[in-house]
Amino acid sequence: MVICKSTAELEKMHRAGLLVWEVLEKMRAMVKPGISTKELDQFAEQYTRQHKAKPAFKGYRGYPGSVCTSINEEVVHGIPSASRKVKEGDILSMDFGVVMDGYYGDAALTVPVGNIAPEREKLLRVTRESLERAIEKVRAGNRLGDISAAVQQWVEKNGYSVVREFVGHGIGTKMHEDPQLPNYGPPGQGPRLQEGMVLAIEPMVNTGSPAVKVLDDDWTAVTADGSDSAHFEHTVAVTANGPWILTRPREATGPVW
Amino acid sequence: MARSRRPEPEKKKPGEGSGKEDAIEVMATVVEPLPNAMFRVELENNKHQVLAHISGKMRKNFIRILPGDRVAVELSPYDLTRGRITYRYK
Repeated sequence: MVICKSTAELEKMHRAGLLVWEVLEKMRAMVKPGISTKELDQFAEQYTRQHKAKPAFKGYRGYPGSVCTSINEEVVHGIPSASRKVKEGDILSMDFGVVMDGYYGDAALTVPVGNIAPEREKLLRVTRESLERAIEKVRAGNRLGDISAAVQQWVEKNGYSVVREFVGHGIGTKMHEDPQLPNYGPPGQGPRLQEGMVLAIEPMVNTGSPAVKVLDDDWTAVTADGSDSAHFEHTVAVTANGPWILTRPREATGPVW
Repeated sequence: MARSRRPEPEKKKPGEGSGKEDAIEVMATVVEPLPNAMFRVELENNKHQVLAHISGKMRKNFIRILPGDRVAVELSPYDLTRGRITYRYK
């Protein structure tokens, strides 16, 4: 069942979302060759607790970290570790969420470490643009499939593929609510979007085949063929004035990340 | 955090997978006929006697069952003293 939120609830979710945005922006500034994923994780958890919120991922189905840090061929859900250090030329996906006052915010971005190859540069750009195109479809009256199709079309037009095993999701007083939001599928199908629905839209894009496998730690998803993967995400609400990105400041314009 | 498509166990919807799919199927021999199309059958695997009725499909097609017939019986995992006869072997 898809739960629609009131304006007051959306304001609460926006407060949670702003904290997620703040943490991710600060982590983005911290990323440089040699930093371990654990350092980022510790910063995120401390900063979140100082601001009277809780990291949403910690303990979720036994997940040990506060952030998901996924490097290069890792797609999503990489577990932060002190021995895992990023190096020049890597791409690092950081996925983070908080629960504040009972409501969840969830967002992610993939950042370059130092200078990266133009091919990786393009992967990040295309994935971010696919998210932007998806958000553009978050309007009352559109259907869920319109969002999925927007991602898939842009990604495949650029010669990449979208991951099937993981999907975006509704979000609110729980991290994962209905509906499931695949990043592929035909337009014009699925439930109609209504004012008050909130979706975590998160394209996961591989340069090679869409197949992924989960490592023995039960979390880290990697591309089956070892190709690069990128991941961007925002929590977006359907409003009378179109899409409202809850995980960034209202006045923000330009690229979504 | 991306939602995984498979492992999240969904709650069962009413009418979906209720009973019929969960049954344990065993071989049995009919011991005696009882009123209301019920039979006492003896299971071949552990010689237990259970009360079994005839499945709707068999009833509809007038499959007759006599003492001594070998039959397939589905047992509910919740109540192992009752079962449903789903097939009569010739």
